[in-house]
Amino acid sequence: MRITCPLCGQRDRREFTCYGDAVYADRPAEGAGPGAWDAYLHLRDNPAGETRDLWYHEMGCSAWIEVTRDTVTHEIAATRLLAERGGARPSGGGISATKKPRGSGRGTRT
Amino acid sequence: MASLIAKTPCAGILPLKIGQLRLEEPAPAPITSIAPFSGKDRAVASALKALGLGWPAPDRAVTGAAGACLWSGRGQAFLLGVAPEGMAGIAALTDQSDGWARIALEGPGAEAVLARLVALDIGAAAFPAGSTARTGLGHMMALLWRSAPERFEIFVFRSMARTAVHELETAMRACAARAVVDHG
Repeated sequence: MRITCPLCGQRDRREFTCYGDAVYADRPAEGAGPGAWDAYLHLRDNPAGETRDLWYHEMGCSAWIEVTRDTVTHEIAATRLLAERGGARPSGGGISATKKPRGSGRGTRT
Repeated sequence: MASLIAKTPCAGILPLKIGQLRLEEPAPAPITSIAPFSGKDRAVASALKALGLGWPAPDRAVTGAAGACLWSGRGQAFLLGVAPEGMAGIAALTDQSDGWARIALEGPGAEAVLARLVALDIGAAAFPAGSTARTGLGHMMALLWRSAPERFEIFVFRSMARTAVHELETAMRACAARAVVDHG
């Protein structure tokens, strides 16, 4: 299995560490109630279809990546830098994110 | 006060010559990591231009007469051989000179040796001279730089120097033995 790092291009899965559902990146705001924290820590959807995961390019460029994949077909539809969610430009790294990754820009099937 | 002896990371274990391949430690040179502060990307690129270099695209190196600038991760580059002049206040600058072991693998067939340790296409088509990659060398985090068509520079954490040399030497010997079997 390969994952397309938005910066490095297609890389072997062993270079990445999986951190589970991308909900993990949406930490409750300061002062949020116990219910919000319970949901953040313990409650996860289990969709048959599209889902988003967090992967960390640990043995590579150290970028956090949001991977959109299909739990039924195992197809990876898209990857992007977590820092670019919401249209934000990654701080201090704008000039680093100028290259199109090698390959098709889409992930491959397992 | 103790009198410390300055040693390079690979002192006593390099150079090696196996078959037509050489594994050596380049002369010590300053390594500075540069991480541009938010909104200072262009300013940092200009400062690097003034040094005869430039900000490298991901997986690329920019080389000049004085030194080189290697892409080393998201929003980070390694400046080799020159002081990071003109970048104070616009980037996080960290002296990494003694933190990394720098190993050069040079000669015909260097690709085949690295192919045993790196899970990446490092053929000349996908990884031409001037390419860099943050990837794994065996189980070690590494920065790989193809500085010339038959020369790779490999950076690993200094504490991994002996392991990296051992892994590379083993791969070099295996490739040399394979060449004897294949070609007499």
